[in-house]
Amino acid sequence: MQVPILKQRDYLIASIQSALTDADLLRLRDDLVEQVGRFRSRGVIVDVTVLDVMDSFAVRTLSALAHMIKLRGAETVIVGIQPEVAFAMVQLGLTLSTVATALDLEEGLVYLDARATSKQRGDRRGGRGGR
Amino acid sequence: MPAPRRSSVVIAGVDAVDAELRVPIRADADIVTARQEGRRLASQLDFTPSDLTVIASAISEIARNIVEYARSGEVSIKLLEKNGRKGVMVVAQDAGPGIADIAAALQDGYSTSGSLGLGLPGARRLMDEFELHSELGHGTRVTMRKWAR
Repeated sequence: MQVPILKQRDYLIASIQSALTDADLLRLRDDLVEQVGRFRSRGVIVDVTVLDVMDSFAVRTLSALAHMIKLRGAETVIVGIQPEVAFAMVQLGLTLSTVATALDLEEGLVYLDARATSKQRGDRRGGRGGR
Repeated sequence: MPAPRRSSVVIAGVDAVDAELRVPIRADADIVTARQEGRRLASQLDFTPSDLTVIASAISEIARNIVEYARSGEVSIKLLEKNGRKGVMVVAQDAGPGIADIAAALQDGYSTSGSLGLGLPGARRLMDEFELHSELGHGTRVTMRKWAR
């Protein structure tokens, strides 16, 4: 099942609606990596609220997705990991340590806005060439 | 999606309750079916929501191993009752190439397919009981049980 991707301001929001097969996850990854360029997006939110399982394949694919998006110059944040899912992930030994996470969509947007602000500041500072 | 077969079974030493499910595993979509059916069956018992997620996650990992290494096989899920305890038993069976080094396959981070190598050791941590039988050239059988509190 295809995951709908919404464009909002500078961000893409992938809102997962149902359980995903491995092929669905790979397609989501490829779609986001492509659309980040097409829409010149600065951030990507993947909302996994409805996922009742995050197994090793899902974690590996989401980590790869975030890494690829980063290489395209944008930020990724995974939002909505449910408490039971977090519990099972930790027991499985799965980590998303290289990927930003936030409680829900709202917090994900706050995170991306904060990243965009600090990036602008950093760019200005770099542009002055060390005062 | 064909309806999974149901039947009553008695396993040696264990009085089975009422239901058994068999999910053929031939493609990645069957992994989702297996874990959803497993969760549904297990939810008849007194498992916590965390336990149900743990069971579904373990089924996902062992079903994926079938697709990854053996291409096809079967996951069966049964409810159990033993000494007044209720639980769920999951058996994943395939006639694939088998596992050459079982000790290594049960270690975190070991994989011959480029995956994270957490499937078997992770499923073992998630469940209360875990047995792995594998014969090179003949196939692999993983048996796991989780007991309701």
